Amino acid sequence: MVYRTNAMICTCTNCISNGALQVKDALEKEIKKQHLENDVRVVPTGASGLCVKGPILVVQPEGIFYQLLTVEAVPHLVEEHFLKGRPVKSLMYVPPGEEAPIPNIRDIPFFKNQRLIALRNRGLIDPDEIEEYIARDGYRALAKALTSMTPEKVIAEIKASGLRGRGGAGFPTGQKWEFCRASPETPKYIICNADEGDPGAFMDRSVLEADPHSVLEGMTIGAYAMGGTQGYMYVRAEYPLAIKRMKRAVEQARDYGLLGKDIFGTGFDFDLDVFQGAGAFVCGEETSLIASIEGQPPEPRMRPPFPAQSGLWGKPTNINNVETWANVPVIINWGAEWFSQIGTDTSKGTKVFSLAGNINNAGLVEVPMGITLRQIVYDIGGGIPNRKSFKAVQTGGPSGGFIPSDLLDLSVDYDRLQEAGAIMGSGGMIVVDEETCMVDMAKYFLEFTTSESCGRCNACREGLQAMYQILTNICAGQGKDDDIELLEELAPAVKDGSLCALGRTAPNPVLTTLRYFRDEYEAHIKEQRCPAGVCKALIAYSIDPEKCKGCMLCVKNCPQGAISGEKGQPQTIDQEKCIKCGACHEVCKFEAVTVR
Amino acid sequence: MADENQGELTARLTPILDRYEGRRGVLVSLLQDVQAEFGFLEEKVMSTVAEALKLPLSHLYGVTSFYSQFYFKPRGKHIVRVCTGTACHIRGAPAIQARLEDELGICAGETTEDLVFTLETVNCVGCCALAPVVTVNDRVLNRREQRKLSGWIREQRAP
Ligand SMILES: Cc1cc2nc3c(=O)[nH]c(=O)nc-3n(C[C@H](O)[C@H](O)[C@H](O)COP(=O)(O)O)c2cc1C
Ligand code: SF4
Ligand code: SF4
Ligand code: FES
Ligand code: FES
Repeated sequence: MVYRTNAMICTCTNCISNGALQVKDALEKEIKKQHLENDVRVVPTGASGLCVKGPILVVQPEGIFYQLLTVEAVPHLVEEHFLKGRPVKSLMYVPPGEEAPIPNIRDIPFFKNQRLIALRNRGLIDPDEIEEYIARDGYRALAKALTSMTPEKVIAEIKASGLRGRGGAGFPTGQKWEFCRASPETPKYIICNADEGDPGAFMDRSVLEADPHSVLEGMTIGAYAMGGTQGYMYVRAEYPLAIKRMKRAVEQARDYGLLGKDIFGTGFDFDLDVFQGAGAFVCGEETSLIASIEGQPPEPRMRPPFPAQSGLWGKPTNINNVETWANVPVIINWGAEWFSQIGTDTSKGTKVFSLAGNINNAGLVEVPMGITLRQIVYDIGGGIPNRKSFKAVQTGGPSGGFIPSDLLDLSVDYDRLQEAGAIMGSGGMIVVDEETCMVDMAKYFLEFTTSESCGRCNACREGLQAMYQILTNICAGQGKDDDIELLEELAPAVKDGSLCALGRTAPNPVLTTLRYFRDEYEAHIKEQRCPAGVCKALIAYSIDPEKCKGCMLCVKNCPQGAISGEKGQPQTIDQEKCIKCGACHEVCKFEAVTVR
Repeated sequence: MADENQGELTARLTPILDRYEGRRGVLVSLLQDVQAEFGFLEEKVMSTVAEALKLPLSHLYGVTSFYSQFYFKPRGKHIVRVCTGTACHIRGAPAIQARLEDELGICAGETTEDLVFTLETVNCVGCCALAPVVTVNDRVLNRREQRKLSGWIREQRAP
C-alpha cells in the first residue's frame, strides 16, 4: 500500500510519559473517522530529538513539525491538516522570544544545524520493524563487509576513518579492533556498552530506542572483523523500553538470518544476548562490566592484560560504546575518506550530545566535531530560559568538568575539551545558569562518585570521602581558610592512587570549578555567602516591598505558613519559620522574592 | 510447617533455576528473575539459590550488594523514585525529595510501615529533558501527574 502521507510520531520514553501513546491512538481513530486510513499512515518512531516539546509529530514527506500534542488537539489537527490540507499553526514550533511559527522541520534551527550519522534514522523509521531499517540501507554495510571485504580490510577502513570511542575515553576504534583480532585465543567476545552511567545523559538510550538495528549491524560487522562469535549487549536496568526494543530487534535479525549461523551464506556465525544491568555506575568500566556478566563482584581490575587479550572468561574481548557501534555501518557504506572529512584533525565524524539543564531546547543533538559550544548552546539549544544568563556547561558527567562562558567559542573535540579540564565524555551536556552554585555542583558529583566507588582503592574510597566532607562543610557555611588548598592537594592524590578511571577522574568537577569559579568558593568560605542563592545555610529569602503586588500566590505555596500580609499589600517572610524551600521564589510572577 | 514453606519456595524457584541451567554469565539475570518472583531477596531464598547453584552464600551477597537494584528487605506496593541525576538536581530534585520524604514520613531508601510506599532515588532514567523527573512503579510522570502526586499519595493511604 502506498500512502500519501506518513504521520511520524515519537514513541520514546520521554514522549510516552507525555502521553504520546494516547495521542497516537487518538490519531489513528480520528484518521479512520475521517476515512483517511488509506491515505495517512501513523508510524511510531524513535526520538526526533526535541524531547522537551514532546509528544512530537512530523508529517512526511512535507516535513511539517508539530509539538506538545494532546489528545484534545487531535480532531482539529486531523481535520485541518489531513483533510483540508491546512497545517495548524498553533501546534508548531516557535523559537524562544519570537512569534512566527516555523512549519518545516528542516527550517527549525534546532534541526538545521545538526549533522546525522549515528542518529541517521531518527524519526524516520519504526524501530520495531526491521523492514524499515532495511529500506533505509540497513544491513547493506554488513552484506558489503561479508561478501566483498576481508576482515583486515574492514579494520583498515575503520582505522582510516579516524573513528574514536564515543564512550568517553576516545580511544581509536580501529586500533582496538586490531589488537583483538591479533589475539590468538578463541572464542572472542564482542560487547556493546549501553550502561550509560553518566547521571544526566540519554544518548545511548535514544539510539537503542530509535534505531536498535544500527547498533546490531555495527556489532556484527565488528564481530566479522575481529573473529568474534558471541556478543553481549549490556544495557542499564533503568532503561526498560530500550531493553524491550533491543530484544525484539535481536529476534527479528535472527529471523532474517542476519544473526546466527552462516550469515549471508558466508559461513560466518555470530549471535548476541541482551544483558540487563542492576544499577551500579562502576559497571560501565569495561573490566567491571565483564566481571558483572561473569557473575563476579563488579570491581574493576588492573590493565594490562587488556580485554582484547584477556576479557570475558579470559578470552579476547572487544567493548565499544553504543554510539561507536552505530557509526560503523555508515563508515563501511560511505567509506573512510568520506567520514574523515567531517570533524577536526584529531576528532573525526560527529558526536551525539544530550542537552539538558537550563536550556530551552533540551533534547538530543548530533553535531560535527569542531562545532563550538556557543553554536550548540545558542543556535541549536536556543539559549537559556527565563531571562537568566548562561553560567557554564558541564560535559563528561562525574568524570568531566565545567566550562565557563568565556570559553564558549571552544571547539568541541576530544583535545580542546581535555585542555579546558573537562572531557568529551559520552555526550552528557548540562547547561547551567546563574542560579546554579558551582560549589554545590562539585559536591553533587563527589556525592555521586563517593557512593558509586567500588571501594577497592584506598585513594578513591577515603580520598573522595574526605573531599566530599570538605565540600559539604563549605556549603554548610563551615568552610575553613585552607579548605581550597586541601582540595587541591587531595585531588592529585586521589587521581594517582586510583586503579580505574572512576577514581582517576572523579576530582575533575572539583578542579574545574576551582579553576574557573574560585571566587564562588571564596565567597562561601570568607563571606559566608552563596552567590547563586542555593546553599541553604548561607541564604535567606525576603520579599521586595517595591515589587510585591500582594497577589498572595507565595502565601498559598509556602509549606510552612511563613509568609503573611494583607491582600494587595507587600508580604513579609518570618525567617524563624522559613525552611528555605524556595517555593515562593519559584512561583512569584513579579520577581519580588529575592535570595540573598 | 518449616518444611512446607521450603517446599513451596523450591517449587517457585525451580522454573527459574531450570531456565538458566547450564548457562554461563547468567547469575545477575537469574537473581533478577528470583527477585521479580519474590519481591526481594530474602535470606531463605538466597540460601536456597546458593545451594542449588553450588555457590557459597557469601558470593551471592558479595555480588548483589554492589548493585542498587537488589533489595534485601520487603518493598512497598508502590515504588516512588526521585531522579537525582545532574539535570534533575539543578532543576529542583533536592526540594522534591525533601517534600516526598516529608509527605511519606520516610527517608529515601525506606519503605512505609504499612508497606504501601517505598521511596528511592535513582541516578537518571534518561528523561533528562523533562527534568525534574519522578517515577511511580517505573513510569515517568509528566508535569500534570507530578502536580497530582501528593493527592494520589493521600488517596492510596486512606483506609
Ligand atoms: C566508572 C566508569 C564508567 C564508565 N561508564 C561507561 C558507560 O556508561 N558507557 C560507555 O560506553 N563507557 C563507559 N566507560 C568507558 C568504558 O570503560 C570503555 O572505555 C568504553 O565502553 C569503550 O568504548 P568506546 O571505545 O567505544 O568508547 C566507563 C568508564 C569508567 C571508568
Ligand atoms: S578507582 Fe575507585 S571505583 Fe575504580 S577500582 Fe579503585 S576504588 Fe574501585
Ligand atoms: S522559602 Fe519556602 S518556607 Fe521560606 S517563605 Fe518561601 S515558600 Fe515559605
Ligand atoms: S523522546 Fe520524543 S522527541 Fe525525544
Ligand atoms: S537527570 Fe533525571 S532523568 Fe536524567
